[in-house]
Amino acid sequence: MENKILGYVDGRLRENERLEVEKHLAGCAACCLRVNEFRAVSGLLEELPMIEPTAAFDLRVRARVAAEPVKQSWWAWLIPAPRVTIAALVLMLATIWVGTASKNQPQIAQEDIPVLENYDVLSNFEPLTELPQPVQADDGGQQQSPQM
Amino acid sequence: MARSDVQLMLDVKAGDEQSFTLLLHRYRSPLVNFLYRMVRNREQAEDLAQEVFLRVYRARENYVPSAKFTTWLFRIATNLALNSVRDTRYQRMEISLDAPVTVDAEEGEEKTLDIAEKHQNIEQHLVEETRKKMIRHAIEKLPEKQRAAVLLHKYQELDYGEIAKILQCSESALKSLLFRAYETLRVELAPLVAQQGKS
Repeated sequence: MENKILGYVDGRLRENERLEVEKHLAGCAACCLRVNEFRAVSGLLEELPMIEPTAAFDLRVRARVAAEPVKQSWWAWLIPAPRVTIAALVLMLATIWVGTASKNQPQIAQEDIPVLENYDVLSNFEPLTELPQPVQADDGGQQQSPQM
Repeated sequence: MARSDVQLMLDVKAGDEQSFTLLLHRYRSPLVNFLYRMVRNREQAEDLAQEVFLRVYRARENYVPSAKFTTWLFRIATNLALNSVRDTRYQRMEISLDAPVTVDAEEGEEKTLDIAEKHQNIEQHLVEETRKKMIRHAIEKLPEKQRAAVLLHKYQELDYGEIAKILQCSESALKSLLFRAYETLRVELAPLVAQQGKS
């Protein structure tokens, strides 16, 4: 009952709760007295006058709000420096263009690299260039076996 | 048709400063009154109310309408008020022990208004002043959380669920808190309660 008396006084109870409290009050003088006393307290609290904020209140709030630092978005710093922005944009486009152009050049396969390296070495290796030319086979491609 | 608090706050989030002004006009008086009754000092109440609005403004970008706007607003206000009351408790104790009782801002204001009403009987005026002072002091004597609960319940007319969220407790704990607060007020204001009962 304790938790319902104030709700009953204020008229904030649901219909079924209100009926339950009224049923209890019909047979409980102590709770009846408490309800009347709480009604009196509630009435007394209403006697206190309201105060109005001072005329300067709004001005002070506005001044404090105006003094708040303006939050900028992550890229907002670009706006006050258009030259930097344009330069960065041109640089970015140039990088992309160079990257794209280099992709169009003929590519050398990875497995060819050791062969090409050897080719450079062998083509400039003097002892190899002085070797006699290999003998051409006369008999239909059969090579002569060395005489023992 | 007036825009809802949540809609206004969403408009503030979208950069509409005018909506913030509308919220300020809608809630400055309830906030200042709530804070004044919490901290019992008009200047301090206005400072705290300004701080509440500033925090609302600062939080605009992250605002998500997950709860009622008033729940959020009064939660900020209640936390600030409770912190302020706890911070100044020692200072207040020192003042109340050393200094004579003086007329505070609200009482002074009422006196100015009442002086203007020259036709009123002086005796009746004194009776009313004493009565208001008793009510104020009875509220002031409540523990902070009970005081906040009574003020939100009685003067802001928030529902139990909302007040429970503001005070970060369950609804049944809140009802118990309010019952204890009203019990204390009933005892503190016993002479006035008896008068009310007779009239």
